Amino acid sequence: MTTHATDHQAAADTVGSIGLRLDDVTLTLGDGDTAVTALDHVGLTVAPGEFVAVVGPSGSGKSSLLAVAGGLQRPTSGTVHIAGTELTALSDKERTAARLRHIGFVFQQSNLLASLTVREQLLLPLHIDRRLDTTARARADELIEAVGLTHRAGSRPHQLSGGERQRAGLARALMTSPAVLLVDEPTSALDRVRSAEAVRLIAEQTHERSTATVMVTHDTAIMDAADRVYEMVDGRLS
Amino acid sequence: MFLALRDLRFARGRFALMGAVVALIAVLGVLLSGLASGLADAGISGLRALPVTHMAFDEKATSEQFSRSTVEEEDWQAWSKAPGVERAEPFGNTLANAQVTQGAKKGERVNLAVFGMAPDSSLAPRPSKGEGLKEGGAGIVITREIADLGVEIGDVLTADRSGVRLKVVGLVGGTVSYGHIGVVYADLDTWRHLHYGLPGDLPEAASRQATAVALTLKPGADVAVVERATGTLAETKEATFDASPGYEAESSTMALIKGFLYVISALVVGAFFTVWTVQRKPEIALMKALGAPTGYILRDALAQVVAVLVGATALGTAVGLALGSAMIGKAPFSLSAPAIATSSGLLIVLGTVGAVVAVRRITAVDPLTALGATR
Repeated sequence: MTTHATDHQAAADTVGSIGLRLDDVTLTLGDGDTAVTALDHVGLTVAPGEFVAVVGPSGSGKSSLLAVAGGLQRPTSGTVHIAGTELTALSDKERTAARLRHIGFVFQQSNLLASLTVREQLLLPLHIDRRLDTTARARADELIEAVGLTHRAGSRPHQLSGGERQRAGLARALMTSPAVLLVDEPTSALDRVRSAEAVRLIAEQTHERSTATVMVTHDTAIMDAADRVYEMVDGRLS
Repeated sequence: MFLALRDLRFARGRFALMGAVVALIAVLGVLLSGLASGLADAGISGLRALPVTHMAFDEKATSEQFSRSTVEEEDWQAWSKAPGVERAEPFGNTLANAQVTQGAKKGERVNLAVFGMAPDSSLAPRPSKGEGLKEGGAGIVITREIADLGVEIGDVLTADRSGVRLKVVGLVGGTVSYGHIGVVYADLDTWRHLHYGLPGDLPEAASRQATAVALTLKPGADVAVVERATGTLAETKEATFDASPGYEAESSTMALIKGFLYVISALVVGAFFTVWTVQRKPEIALMKALGAPTGYILRDALAQVVAVLVGATALGTAVGLALGSAMIGKAPFSLSAPAIATSSGLLIVLGTVGAVVAVRRITAVDPLTALGATR
């Protein structure tokens, strides 16, 4: 495991401090006899524009990897860097701000807000950040077009198909031009054809917008689009 | 209010139901306030209109003093000489029945709340029509309540028992009643005839009595000495309202009903927003995961609470005012702006308190739950 971490350390140096870098990250959940090691000395570096897929069975620690990389959870040990900032050194408040500005999440089944139209879903992060202006609106329209939802911009989640929701979720994640894009089981609600389409779109946007993208999935059929594929077993990455 | 407004629109059915409950409570609040002020007007507006600060009653009368107290000439003379007393004048109060014996409504029976005072005292009425009181003339000044029965200036009423003829000489506008009966003003001797039910000449003892000493005290006056010397107790004008028949029971019943309404409303609002917040938990977790600070979500939720409460209360108050205006004249009802503003304001404030308790749950939501596998 140590060798892995060192390899990635070397890789990180070549891409500078931009992108995502996890160094020797361990996450232990619970304590005493019930303690579970969700992440076991994980090292991972993703350069801007790179699309990394992490596959593994459920319970292997994939979601924990996203939680730690996305600043939702503090690792027990190790460090996480995002766009040159050490995420693990920030206060809770600063981490929340970092999530807003530098990290894009695409959640399982996309997780849209029921009362907002597709366009409003995209505008919300900028409203939270008090940056809702004409530039933001133009960017929302541009992203909606990029994911092919222009005809659906005024629709609410319950009027959308699973695939459309997934694309709206992706567009929302890209709204703040994040350095890192984290994707959780994007295909869990989609059939085979749509899964392939969704992942192709993620790959396309990753390359076009230079995000450091990590996608976790248990669906091994959709890995082709990724630049690199890791396997996760019992909290270890290989 | 980015999300709050859109949630309001999206879940309008649910918010409309809750808003309807608040609006109905606001309607009730306005009607109860109107009824309370109406009852207060009917009960004590006559007392309220007297230009005094205090009333001194016989200390042996401890409740319903206006019916039970008697004071003597020496008492008001002692009071008028006491330090700190600007004015001390005899005041008589009694309820009487009479019949119109001369006038358009001849034969009509009327109930009178008779206020007796010296015609040259500060208590004497200033009629808006006709003349004021004169000593020894058995003339009376009536108020709107009595005029509404069809009694006019120039009419003659004959009192039951004493048979005293009361000539209507003047009219005072506005609501002036006491114990739900319209007030008539009379000189002290006429009042004594009515009070004791005596025709002819008054006995010597009766002609030196009144119900209470009407006082105008200087601020901070210490009246303990004169109280002890005369065997009387001075009460503020506001405290004497409770001495009028039924007033205390009426106003405390109204206050109790209103109090319960506010509590019910706060609980309904609190319960609604508890369920709403619990339902919204996944969305709150999502917003936090996207990077929304807890303060942003709390502000959004509270703005929603206040918007719903203000909207529903405003609507309910408007409906209550419309219904209330239709009730004026048919029931003891009067619309007083401060009372209604207090009622509606309390509804909003207490509703917000109820909702704040519910909305605080937002703080505890863990953004981690937005990630599928850990749910």
